[in-house]
Amino acid sequence: MTEVPRIVTSRWDTLDAHTIDGYRRSGAYEGYAGIKAALDRSPAQVLDEVKAATVLGRGGAGFPAGIKWGFCPPGVWPRYLVVNGDESEPGTYKDRVLMERDPHQLIEGCLIAAYAIGAAQVFLYIRGEMAHAQERVAAALNEAYAANLVGANILGTDFSVDIVLHWGAGAYIVGEETALIESLEGNRGMPRLKPPYFPAAKGLYLKPTIVNNVETLSNLPWLMVHGAESYKSVGSEASPGTRLVAVSGHVNNPGVFEIPQGTTTYRDLFYGEQYGNGIRNGNELKMFIPGGASAPWFFPEQVDLPLEGRTVGAAGSMLGSGAIVVMDETTDAVKACLRVVRFFARESCGKCSPCREGTSWEEKILQRILDGHGRPSDLDLLLDVADNISPGPYPVAAHPDAGLDAVPFPPRQTTICPLGPSSVAPITSAIRRFRHEFEAKITRRNALPVSAAPAAPAEVAP
Amino acid sequence: MSRFNEANEAIAHEIIARYPRPKSATIPLCHLAQEQDGYLAEDAMAHIAELVGITSAEVMGTATFYEMFKLAPVGRYVINICTNISCQLVGGEELLEHAESTLGITSGSTTADGLFTIEDVECVAACTEAPACQVNYRYQHRVTPEAFDTLIADLRAGRRPEIPDHGTLGATRQHISEDRVANITPPEQQVEPAWYAARNATGGESA
Ligand SMILES: Cc1cc2nc3c(=O)[nH]c(=O)nc-3n(C[C@H](O)[C@H](O)[C@H](O)COP(=O)(O)O)c2cc1C
Ligand code: SF4
Ligand code: FES
Repeated sequence: MTEVPRIVTSRWDTLDAHTIDGYRRSGAYEGYAGIKAALDRSPAQVLDEVKAATVLGRGGAGFPAGIKWGFCPPGVWPRYLVVNGDESEPGTYKDRVLMERDPHQLIEGCLIAAYAIGAAQVFLYIRGEMAHAQERVAAALNEAYAANLVGANILGTDFSVDIVLHWGAGAYIVGEETALIESLEGNRGMPRLKPPYFPAAKGLYLKPTIVNNVETLSNLPWLMVHGAESYKSVGSEASPGTRLVAVSGHVNNPGVFEIPQGTTTYRDLFYGEQYGNGIRNGNELKMFIPGGASAPWFFPEQVDLPLEGRTVGAAGSMLGSGAIVVMDETTDAVKACLRVVRFFARESCGKCSPCREGTSWEEKILQRILDGHGRPSDLDLLLDVADNISPGPYPVAAHPDAGLDAVPFPPRQTTICPLGPSSVAPITSAIRRFRHEFEAKITRRNALPVSAAPAAPAEVAP
Repeated sequence: MSRFNEANEAIAHEIIARYPRPKSATIPLCHLAQEQDGYLAEDAMAHIAELVGITSAEVMGTATFYEMFKLAPVGRYVINICTNISCQLVGGEELLEHAESTLGITSGSTTADGLFTIEDVECVAACTEAPACQVNYRYQHRVTPEAFDTLIADLRAGRRPEIPDHGTLGATRQHISEDRVANITPPEQQVEPAWYAARNATGGESA
């Protein structure tokens, strides 16, 4: 394998990279040289550079950052920048490492973005449960303020902006950008009705607001130092640069890896020595989640797909937050499905009924199937409940040999936000592929001896 | 207990001053109250309401949305065990069962001596280090049942001084000194930043 470029992880092996000295001294670019390079240009030029580099958002939707920044309506002030560090999608583990190990890189990324959009203030929203990340970012901000890198007259120039650390209190849904904004206003973290589709139009205090993920912003210092051309020389044309992926579950070497976008395949990640290094105990792969709990599952036929947003989307799933969960042949598909569904049922904010009621019904039905109390009609019922949350064909991974076309991501929804529809992903994935496992659990109940009760109607075991 | 003590009230004012609108400080102040008392007391919510200019019902309305706020006392150490998918695949549920049986309590409850509360929680973003748990939001990675027993023994014996009592999150606070503040004012008072207008007009030169 050729040397993999390290754009955002270049300081992960440096023990004191979280300090301002460590940041300046180590890594793939000189710390705080990126904001200096930005300040030599106009905000509009910096915006153009980010647009030219096609920096895709790393929070889940993969929307290009430069284009999003351009959605701020002209002449409407103030504009805010909000950093999404709420990382809670099951399987996702990257933003926390970026905040703990290289907080100055994120702060410098915030400065560059704030400069490009003309932000009045930056809010760095860190998930409540991440005490250490909060400490590291607070300490880094204190250092950066003292070194004239944040606050009034940055580096002795007229550029001035405050970065305020904010922290949450435990609620997955707050990761959704409009819920994040509600939370930042001191409210219950429930998503806002759309439109407007982007908080760039109306966000924090109903003012134009750009919300970006921690990893997205952490790319900017390297980009400013090395330029859009170098950035685009890594990865693929549609998805330049690198991505952080967390490979967890049944691999020998689970870990967070920085990979070039579009060129690395799932096979590389599962079996490559420098990555997952094979499935545990030499077992067979049964299925995997290719991009966070919200993503429809993939199966062994999909391992040769490259990790590239459009390719994965066309195959019926999504790259999402770069969370890859590997499940081997010993995994109980019903149990895994229930666990993911239970997450969405627990985390539904309750604002809209298809999600609030639907996800808890999905959980209850799956639980009784797993417990051996399933009814023959349960699979249809489950799919019917799912259809009320996400009508029509739900995206699934298909196999060309089987004559099945993938329904591309994203799904349709009857809900305010995509959380409800996300609960449908594991259900359609598991039932479509492992229907026999569900049926076996359902019929087993009828096969159990039922003391003196009248004989249950005979069920044919699969 | 209790309203903020004097020292914490000063910190509360400092936190509020960092936001364009005081209400935005509600969640950080609820954390501060929990740091002071170990849980979010009713008097504390009333005090927060006074400080940020809303009603205590509104503070409670916000606080009850979030899992980390405890409206009644909990153990000195809250142990959050992740049972979500990546952890489940490699023993998260078994870890929870082990914790429940060794501590003799079920998830969501507290030991009689008031030392430990266990919670069965969703993904804590340590999925490649599974099974994972947190003690007062301090991470413990790749926790085997034996490692869990050692952790409990160490906590009982006071051998984990880096883990503060429940309620304290980050040990370092942000502090912005008055001479370094750029511009924190309500949105109504904000205009286009002078540097932004000037630098776009001149192509990068400062005004
Ligand atoms: C239910 C839900 C949860 C989300 N959680 C996160 C999260 O934890 N972190 C994140 O960066 N984005 C999350 N997002 C995506 C954000 O809404 C938003 O698209 C993202 O922060 C934009 O940043 P980016 O363009 O840099 O990716 C979530 C979206 C939804 C619908
Ligand atoms: S889909 Fe679920 S989480 Fe999203 S707004 Fe509706 S109830 Fe809340
Ligand atoms: S699933 Fe347990 S930490 Fe993510």
